[in-house]
Amino acid sequence: MELHALTIAQAKKLLADREISSVGLVSAMLDRIEAHDAKVGAFLTVDRKGALAAASAADARLANGEDAPLLGIPVALKDLLCTTGVRTTCGSKILEEFVPTYDATSVDMLKKAGAVIIGKTNMDEFGMGSSTENSGFHVTRNPWNLDHVPGGSSGGSAAAVAARMCTASLGTDTGGSIRQPASHCGIVGLKPTYGRVSRFGLVSYASSLDQIGPITRTVRDAAIMMNVIAGHDPKDSTSAAVDAPDFTSALAEFDANGLSGMKAGIPKEYLGMEGLDPEVEKAFADARKVLEDLGVEIVEVSLPHTDYAVAAYYVLAPSEASSNLARYDGVKYGARQKDADGLIDMYKKTRSKGFGPEVQRRIIMGTYALSAGYYDEYYGRASRVRTLIMDDFAKAFEGCDIIISPVAPTPAFKIGENVDDPLTMYLSDIFTLSANMAGIPGLSVPCGISETGLPMGLQILGKRFDEMSVLRAGYGFEQSAPSFPGLPEL
Amino acid sequence: MRFEPVIGLEVHAQLDTETKIFCSCSTSFGASPNAHTCPVCTGMPGVLPVLNHQAVTFAIKTALATNCTVARESRFDRKNYFYPDLPKGYQITQYAAPIAEHGHLDIELEDGSEKRIGITRIHMEEDAGKLIHDPDRPKSMVDLNRTGIPLVEIVSEPDIRTPKEAGAYLRKLHAIVRYIGVCNGNMEEGSFRCDANISLRPVGQEEFGTRTELKNLNSFRNVEKAIAYEIQRQTYRLEEGHKIVQETRLWDTARNRTASMRSKEEAHDYRYFPEPDLVPLIVDDDWMTEVRESLPELPDAKKARFMEQYDLSGYDAAVLISGRSLADYFEAAAKGLKEAKLAANWVMGPVLGLLKNGEITIENVPVNAGQLAELLKLLEANTINAKAAKTVFDEMVASGKTPAEIVKAMGLEQVSDQSALDDMVTQVMDANPEELEAYRGGKTKLFSFFMGQIMKQSRGKADPKVITQILKEKL
Ligand SMILES: [Zn+2]
Repeated sequence: MELHALTIAQAKKLLADREISSVGLVSAMLDRIEAHDAKVGAFLTVDRKGALAAASAADARLANGEDAPLLGIPVALKDLLCTTGVRTTCGSKILEEFVPTYDATSVDMLKKAGAVIIGKTNMDEFGMGSSTENSGFHVTRNPWNLDHVPGGSSGGSAAAVAARMCTASLGTDTGGSIRQPASHCGIVGLKPTYGRVSRFGLVSYASSLDQIGPITRTVRDAAIMMNVIAGHDPKDSTSAAVDAPDFTSALAEFDANGLSGMKAGIPKEYLGMEGLDPEVEKAFADARKVLEDLGVEIVEVSLPHTDYAVAAYYVLAPSEASSNLARYDGVKYGARQKDADGLIDMYKKTRSKGFGPEVQRRIIMGTYALSAGYYDEYYGRASRVRTLIMDDFAKAFEGCDIIISPVAPTPAFKIGENVDDPLTMYLSDIFTLSANMAGIPGLSVPCGISETGLPMGLQILGKRFDEMSVLRAGYGFEQSAPSFPGLPEL
Repeated sequence: MRFEPVIGLEVHAQLDTETKIFCSCSTSFGASPNAHTCPVCTGMPGVLPVLNHQAVTFAIKTALATNCTVARESRFDRKNYFYPDLPKGYQITQYAAPIAEHGHLDIELEDGSEKRIGITRIHMEEDAGKLIHDPDRPKSMVDLNRTGIPLVEIVSEPDIRTPKEAGAYLRKLHAIVRYIGVCNGNMEEGSFRCDANISLRPVGQEEFGTRTELKNLNSFRNVEKAIAYEIQRQTYRLEEGHKIVQETRLWDTARNRTASMRSKEEAHDYRYFPEPDLVPLIVDDDWMTEVRESLPELPDAKKARFMEQYDLSGYDAAVLISGRSLADYFEAAAKGLKEAKLAANWVMGPVLGLLKNGEITIENVPVNAGQLAELLKLLEANTINAKAAKTVFDEMVASGKTPAEIVKAMGLEQVSDQSALDDMVTQVMDANPEELEAYRGGKTKLFSFFMGQIMKQSRGKADPKVITQILKEKL
């Protein structure tokens, strides 16, 4: 039995039956990291000692007959989720030495559910990027083809799951950072509704867009993870005071009633979009067919402000980022540059040396957009576009239950291919970032594989707080070809 | 050309909540540096603010007490700037949509007339930390205990015209925030701080001149002095044909002058934008009602009531309502008396005489209001006379015993018994035949001589009213 290839659901059963131990499972993951992570580069920090200790504790509880949703399951965390005593770098040199004194609420919930935190995964610095090439430490490679990027910014979390270095992971999604790497790595990623999962302890990139979500091998595993991390948190004023459902019941709903009666909208603005890779187009057409065969009615919907989404996003997100990242100034937080001449010079040197070029670019963009005299023209207008996009989705969902699209316009590109072309990189977020602007949930589920062997994903969007329809459709789609696309050889 | 000063005040009042505005750290003053901090108020990556309900209640109280309209929905913004005492790199404040607007306070001018000073807005915000500079080394340290202490900023309309008006407005506002219990008003500890905006314009001109902003005004006196100085400085500049430069100026307490701190060009661009980590603040009717009902009687209303209910002069009422505890003390002392004026005199005289700056306050004065009331009742019932009452009061301060105990122990009961006093008067008349003759011969001034002799004989216990009556009859 390949322990590292188990899903949460499979591992849970074997653990409960005492056929495997958590220590065995975690050790298998650690061995796997040892053997392969030098080439994949999924992790920034591996907490071998902490993980093994947590695994033995889990085994003791299992031996006691105890049960908990993730008892003994090895989980990796994107490195911008704060962990007590374990450094949290956000993929940035400026936080290379930062060790939080508290756990993020989602991490706390994972621990309470018995999960074993195996380590912290690589990412684009502060979540700014779509390829994990913007990490301040090293690039992460796509387990399906090491010459290609895994996507980003949660590239490490996606690569770690695809490479079977953990059973599941948490990522964060500000403009597609869970869904796009999940798509590129042939696995499942869910960005929940804004406010569904507490952001407390998530190091903010763009506070009004950031959301934590699971990256897993199956839709069922995503639902299991959601059952643990979702729910109101008094420490996060933007977390919704709504009770989280049992997300796995969406799967039972499919098992009982299939997908018939469900309506899926396809935005007409997304069809024939410039830059859409023919292979992606083909995979999406096939996915549509599968859903139709499952009884889903396909309808055309319109999201008329799609053209403005990227522009508005790249005003709002950098604006918030320019403020969120101000605290890394070398006084209390951020590695201080010592060779400075006075306070202002210390600020400048600390921030110029500590932040990578993409982060500096976005801080400059955001600072500009918020400055006196430009606020209305940029931030004000972008906020209005955001409202229009929300309205677009609300209107579109009057005629359908879910909205489907490709996750990304192309399969994962080659490492280095787009590093000098931020604009192309920004435009590749077109299908995903609208969901963040509208605050709605979105799932990425594998739907194809390119001729060069790179996976592609189907995006399923839902109404606010209707992860259930998204999971039900995603699970139904997944069940039509349960072992697709398989696991990459390393 | 004659100029008219135009003055507006910005007051920062620390709200006297138990905990900080966005975390549960203590707000108490004087702890060792950084003892009252946590990940939230130190801005540790990943933390989020949660608004303190009590702070909002206090802000609403302040708004109602200053006749403001409370917004049903207000919002928080971020004010971005770099400074070592600001760990997040931004201050959470209310910029575009403050919690209250359109208020006013009526101040009393020297000629006794009233003037209304408008209040533009009140908004909530968090305080910043404090830098401590090492005098011996080129080193600064940061104390974040104050970071996140809730503040309200109360911005006046530019309705103030003189330093005196500024002082009157400020004192009134100061009394109100202390009255309603939202701010301890301690100016030295920075709990109540004031900045002033000042400009001059030719008399008769509508539009405002260029203004300067004065900072570091940490007492009422300094506010008045600094404004007076700044008016004079600007007047000279204008008379000499110079232009006023828009700038921030610091009041130098030692040198009694203002000096430029930074010009308009050096001013920060704060890049305000809506705080995405907080949701809009909704104040519903229930909350408003709850706060309105919890609001104590305000100084103006109390003064009017004291004049009416206790038949006090405006001056007496003003003194007695100057603090809420003092007013409460007076009312307790006056309880059950026929003449409240008696209590007013005793509170304003002997009681206030006991207070010592900071050490003895009205809250811990050695004679409490109940004990004083007991004493005054004895006085009013003629059980003791005024002279004895003062003796008893002093003994109460010294021994802490009750008035009844002291009166009894010292034998101070007033003698009002007619026959006993009759005998006493006869005795005194018999003992002083020369004086008696002189009096009867027309030297009526000797009446007080007989009074004095009788009081002496009775060791001060004789009821002067009764003796007067008897004396008049017998002389
Ligand atoms: Zn705190």
